[in-house]
Parts: sequence; C-alpha cells; structure tokens
Amino acid sequence: MRPRPALRRVFDSDLWWSFRRSPVTVAAAAVASIIIGGALLASWIAPHDPFDPASLSLLDASNPPAWLDGGSWTFPLGTDNQGRDVLSAILYGSRLSLSVGASAVVLAMALGVTLGLLSGWHGGLIDTIIMRIADVELSFPAILVALLIDGVARGVLPRDAQSEIASYVLIAAIALSFWVQYARTVRASTLVERNKEYIQAARVIGVHPAKIILGHLLPNVIGPVLVIATINLALAVLTEATLSFLGVGLPPTQPSLGTLIRNGNDYLFSGDWWISIFPGVVLAALILSVNLLGDWLRDVFNPKLR
Amino acid sequence: MLAFVVQRLYQAVLVMLAVALIAFALFNYVGDPINNMVGQDTSQADRERLRQELGLNDGFVVQFARFVARAARGEFGLSYQQARPVGQIILEKMPATLELSFVAATLALVIGLPMGIYTGLHRHSWLSQLLLGLSLVGVSLPTFLIGILLILMFAVVLGWLPSFGRGSVVTVGWWSSGLVTLDGWRAILMPAVTLSLFQMTLIMRLVRAEMIEVLRTDYIKFARARGLTNWSVNFGHALKNTLVPVITIAGLQIGSIIAFAIITETVFQWPGMGLMFIQAVSFVDIPVMAAYLVLVGFFFVVINFVVDLLYHVVDPRLRVDRERVGIG
Repeated sequence: MRPRPALRRVFDSDLWWSFRRSPVTVAAAAVASIIIGGALLASWIAPHDPFDPASLSLLDASNPPAWLDGGSWTFPLGTDNQGRDVLSAILYGSRLSLSVGASAVVLAMALGVTLGLLSGWHGGLIDTIIMRIADVELSFPAILVALLIDGVARGVLPRDAQSEIASYVLIAAIALSFWVQYARTVRASTLVERNKEYIQAARVIGVHPAKIILGHLLPNVIGPVLVIATINLALAVLTEATLSFLGVGLPPTQPSLGTLIRNGNDYLFSGDWWISIFPGVVLAALILSVNLLGDWLRDVFNPKLR
Repeated sequence: MLAFVVQRLYQAVLVMLAVALIAFALFNYVGDPINNMVGQDTSQADRERLRQELGLNDGFVVQFARFVARAARGEFGLSYQQARPVGQIILEKMPATLELSFVAATLALVIGLPMGIYTGLHRHSWLSQLLLGLSLVGVSLPTFLIGILLILMFAVVLGWLPSFGRGSVVTVGWWSSGLVTLDGWRAILMPAVTLSLFQMTLIMRLVRAEMIEVLRTDYIKFARARGLTNWSVNFGHALKNTLVPVITIAGLQIGSIIAFAIITETVFQWPGMGLMFIQAVSFVDIPVMAAYLVLVGFFFVVINFVVDLLYHVVDPRLRVDRERVGIG
C-alpha cells in the first residue's frame, strides 16, 4: 500500500528527521541550493551573456546597482568597468568556481582512496613510501602546496597554452594538495577491515584480490570519505578563489568568483565597490553554507562527536 | 629523550631533503637555465662552455649535492627578473613578513585566548553565542575578502588607514623595521588583523573546547568541593591544563601564518616574501621560487621540530608511554 516507497524512505529516515530539526542546516541548504541552482542554470537565467563581446557597451560601464542613483534594472547588481553585468558574471563565475571545486574534490578523492587502499592492503614498502609523501605534504598548508604545484606547472607548460588549460592545472593542483586526508582515512579503515572475517573468508575461497578490494573492502571504508568530501568542497572552492584572486588561477577570460573579485579590487578606490563585493558575498555565502552542511553531515554520521 | 630527539631530527632532515629535491628539480629541469642566462646571440660553443663551467653536465647526484651545499649557505643564484642574487632579495623582504607574522600571531593569541576562556566558562551567555557565530563566519570568509572589506571600510570610506605598503621604515643594519614609527603601526594594523583573524578564531574554539572538557573532570569538581575560589579553580587548575594542546596548535599555526601571509601581502601590497613569491610565480622566476620553497620548508620543519620537543617537555605522560612501548 505504499505508493512511492523510495520517497517514503527518505522522509522516514533519521537523516531527514535530523535535517528538519536543525533550522540552521535548512537555511544553509536553501542558500547552497540557490547558488548551485543559479550556477547550473546560468545560461538560461542570466540576463546577459558576459562572454559575448558584442553585447558589451562601454556606455554601460561602471553602472551602480539598480537601487542606487544612476542604476537601472537592466543591470540589477550594476556593471563592471567593461560594461559586463555583474549578476550574470556572478552566475557564470559560480558555475566555474563550483565545477573546478567539485572536479578537484572528485579527483582528490579518487587519488586518495586508491592510494589509501593500496597502502593499507599491501603494507610494506609501498605503504612506507606513500605515507612518507603524505607526511611531507601534511606538514605544509594545502593552499601553499596548491600554489607551488600551480606555479611549477606554469613554468613547465608553454605560455600560449596556459589560459586554455588553466582550469585543468588548477584542478590538478588542488587535488594534489587535498588527497592526503582521504588516503590516511582509507588506509586506517582498510587496516582494520582487512583482518575481519568477511575479507578473510573471501580470500580463503579464492576471490581475486582486485575484486575483494573493490567489491568488499571499498563499500565498507567509503562512508567517512564522503563526509570529508562535502567539507572539502567548501575548502576547494575557497582555494580556487584564493588562487584566482592571487592571479595564478583562472585567467580573466574565464572569470571564476575569485577572478571577479580580483578584477573588481582594482576599482575599489574609484568607489565602484559592487564589482568586487557582490561576487565576494556570494562566495562567502556559498562557502559558509556548504561548511554548515558538511558539519551537519559529520555530526549525523558520527554521533560520538556531538 | 635523546632517542626521540634523534628520531625527530632524522625526520626533519628527510623532509628538508625532499623539499630541496623538489626545489632542485624545479631549478634544473623547468626550462633551460642556460637560455635564461644568456642572450640570443650567444654561440652554441659558448653555451656549451658555460654549461660545463656551471657543472650542468655533471651527474644528478653531484649536482644535487652541490645545490644542497650552496642552498645551505643561502646561495640560490640570480633572479631572472631582477638580475640580483636571490639571497639578497629575500634578506630584504624577510623583515617585512616576519614583523607582520609576529604582530598577527600576538594579536591572535592576546585576543583569542581570553575569548576562548570566556566562551568556555560561560557557555550559554549571549556574548558566547555571538562570538561563536562570528567565528564561524570568520572561518568561512576568505582571507582576501576580509582584507578587501577592511580596505573598503577604513581606507576608502573612512580614510583613516593607508591601504598599501609599510609606511615609513627605519633601517637598522640589514633589518628594516616599520614597528618604530607611528606611520608604520598605522600601515601594519589592517594587514595584521586580516592575517590574525583565522588563527584567532582557531585559538578561541580550541581553548573553549579544552576548557569545557577540563571543567567536566573530577579534579575540578574536587577542587570546587575543597572550597577553592572560582578564580583559582578556573585559572590555576583548569586553564593550566588546557594550555598543552593550545601551545602545540598555536605553535604549528606560526607556519600557517607565514604561508597565509602570501594572501594578505598581495591584498595590501605588503613588500614581504609572500608578495615576492607571487610575483615570482607570475614571472616564472624559478630561482626565487626555489629559494622561497626551501626557506618556507625550513621554517616549517624547525617549527614542527620545536613544537614536538615542547609537547614532549610539557606533557610527561607522552614520555612514559613512548618509553614503555619502546618507540622513543
């Protein structure tokens, strides 16, 4: 007699209950959904196309937001020095920020989980090498590591190709600075799991090691990894924004939120505060809400920490 | 204890060698060092001779050993961008970064510690809730955004503080200090606050969590039962025991402050090592990048080493445990 069992299960679950009980989490989810939704739908809902030079007019440059003197509702949040609509730039910019952040987290997770499984399962020399590298990396802040990798990549790669592949370099740099946490977590739980009976049994009946690792071990060690990934998404977006702000991330032709803030920063002194402050507010709101969601997830999955 | 020190030293040397290896690889294999030094009209034979003179034809191990030996003396060659010895450039920039980091760390400790104690003792007061809420926002606001907001507020709108540079500096020997002039203090205020905010919230949250934990323990209850004053229980007994992890984390954070100084220095155009590094990255000035990498690696390794030793000295339990299991 259950019409939609899947949906029913979601609404009956502990997760949903604890979600509804925490107004802060609900608010965070709402803010995050608005920003992520806006980013996903940017090409449809943005009032202007900031990448189309034909639509730009210098006559529209440095317009203030609509509610201030001289502003108009054609450009709700004003325009930048080249006449780009700030709202549209933010929508497209958050799409870039989010996609770079999410790709970096996925790559870091794939790398970290693989190395963690390898390290925990094999032990010995492989384990020592991987964990030594992890130790060295962990003694530096992630953002410094990302900055260095990014800087080195700029030195190695040809100059003319740089702005095209900048986003891939950035993703790789962030991923390479974030994988350690996953590797350590997965290695620790692999060391525990691999001595349990179900793994032993699978070994005894002659299941191929690859199948044991992927089919039996992985599902049992992946839980904490997903929680880390949520919290890391905020950190990855923040790292991307910081690197772009410093001028070593995404180029001005592909403006992410960080690049937008950097561009706007130059016009702060002429009083055009909206060019940098609005992207900044969106960035801060995005990071704060994703952080809150991550904290909530961690508490739900790990009641001991409450 | 001696074995522990030796083991830690060994690890520190290992990390330093790894960092040096990366810097060396950067130096030697990113682009051609010869091309970066000579003009276009240098003949092939001249290039080959220069290559031979600089020892670029030697084996990998020999070159690496030479690099380490020279790095230990602070020689990293010439900057591609400024054509001056990198060691000299860094020496000029170092005082700015160290002063900024020092003021920021002091601010973080002096403000973060009392806030942590207060929020730990009065968990449910409105002020505690407010501070905690603010700290969450503080953690989520990117450092550079805080800097921009401060500039907008105090430099553009109010016009009270300068938005860039160090103000007037006084040079004593090779050290240029901005902390002896009023102008210098006005200039350092905003960058230092920006840099310290993250660490401040971290210290506050840490002290608060530790205080709450310690206040629950039996010896605090007994201390209260013995009729000791609140002051003596809170500060003489509780606070003292929360300080061990605080020292560790605060110590480790000094390294992060130096790293995050890159961002703050860029926002405020503070003429320190961080700004130098960012400029080196955009110009692909490899010698400067390599030198900065080695130097920051060295700072981090020294800080980690000292904190490890401090931890060992402050917490006697750690000593006993290690000796019992025979690791130390």
